[in-house]
Amino acid sequence: MHNPQLNRHGELTHLLSTEGLPKDILTHILDTAQTFVPLAEREVKKVPLLRGKSVFNLFFENSTRTRTTFEIAAKRLSADVFNLNINASSTSKGESLLDTISNLTAMQADIFVVRHEASGAPYLIAQHVEPHIHVVNAGDGRHAHPTQGLLDMYTIRHFKKDFSNLTVAIVGDILHSRVARSDIHALTTLGAAEIRAIAPLTLLPGGLEQMGVRVFTNMEQGLKDVDVIIMLRLQNERMKGALLPSSQEYFKHYGLTREKLAYAKPDAIVMHPGPMNRGVEIDSAVADGDQAVILNQVNFGIAVRMAVMSIVAGASQ
Amino acid sequence: MELTLPRAEDLYAHMKAGIEELLGKLDPDSVHLVGIYSGGAWLVERLQKDLKLQNPSGVINTSLYRDDFHKIGLHSQVLPSSIPFEVNGKHIIMVDDILYTGRTTRAAINELFDYGRPASISLAVLIDRGGRELPVSPNVCGGVIPLEKGTSFVLSQNEQRLFDIDLKKENVGA
Repeated sequence: MHNPQLNRHGELTHLLSTEGLPKDILTHILDTAQTFVPLAEREVKKVPLLRGKSVFNLFFENSTRTRTTFEIAAKRLSADVFNLNINASSTSKGESLLDTISNLTAMQADIFVVRHEASGAPYLIAQHVEPHIHVVNAGDGRHAHPTQGLLDMYTIRHFKKDFSNLTVAIVGDILHSRVARSDIHALTTLGAAEIRAIAPLTLLPGGLEQMGVRVFTNMEQGLKDVDVIIMLRLQNERMKGALLPSSQEYFKHYGLTREKLAYAKPDAIVMHPGPMNRGVEIDSAVADGDQAVILNQVNFGIAVRMAVMSIVAGASQ
Repeated sequence: MELTLPRAEDLYAHMKAGIEELLGKLDPDSVHLVGIYSGGAWLVERLQKDLKLQNPSGVINTSLYRDDFHKIGLHSQVLPSSIPFEVNGKHIIMVDDILYTGRTTRAAINELFDYGRPASISLAVLIDRGGRELPVSPNVCGGVIPLEKGTSFVLSQNEQRLFDIDLKKENVGA
């Protein structure tokens, strides 16, 4: 089957999802990111790889952190960056979206970084654009957030070196999480020994077992002897529905405290994609503790986004 | 006509002598060698030992500064540059194995300036093969061996860290 992310030479030309990406491409992205990490220590934190290229950040859904790190990444590659905050109109999304893209293409865009509340919107754009234009998915609906997945993989590899012996637990609102999905696909491709999902039944999507994920509703059992814990943000709007009783109740059962963390391996790392809700899914003592690598994730995220943009921009046409 | 290659160790000895002479003119406290990845990095490793240099050396990888990125992309794994000293005000002796078009040298100089403002940069190469496309000239050179387009020198190092050079026909379009 044709993979919309790869060109006819098998090179990465769009990054839409970690699903369906071959292991060598995932590894190539992580290796390339490794060359960008030391740049942050230099006096001039820029390299001229994308000089003269135009990167358009198209955020149809609000985001500060992801948009900023994409902007920093593009600027460190010497690209010109344009931020467009477009509130998606509720009707005729498909048509107006592609019209927007056509207009920006006429302004000589080279890379579109797209966040959209509709799953699949970046795919639609990728199909629509000419071959010299590249699309990077910065989060689409509940579907995928591949650069977050990749920076999580980078962080795990940085601290744990090898995936083959690792047990990784993803905890929280897995049902609504595009990060969880991107992590699960990437972890599977990179050969993690065991992937666990820990959440109340109301926040677990169907089909996890078929993806090879072990499902736990009890946090103590789920965290037993894990090497990596990926905490997910509990979105406040979920509280308003019937999915959860209260944030205090949630914290009692699924909030990561020192006591619960003690079930994991002593050298387990704690990750979180941010923004954190302290006292809801994670206790401050853990978030600020020795095992947390949450701020490392932010730094690696810039390098991973630089790697993705420079790799797609370098794909042959 | 088959080209008779000089011994790489002879070229190295000649380059080393040239670098020693250059070092004599510079303040020893502020001189650092920087090798251009990968051949230049090997040469620097050996020079540091042979010349008993105390100041830390660096490695520059020009992959992120190349002017042909849009043609070749970022395909192979690139090792990051490593400059473990303050560049500001230092005398840098940049070392490369082969000097050809001068484009790598240009990229390396650009990259060095992103670490700081050196007092001076000199260039030492093992072989100058001609074919310059930029106004670049080495301060120290192991030997001048003109070579036609389509062929390249390949530097290798054996287990005793001794150098050898060979000729390689390039693939068309590479």
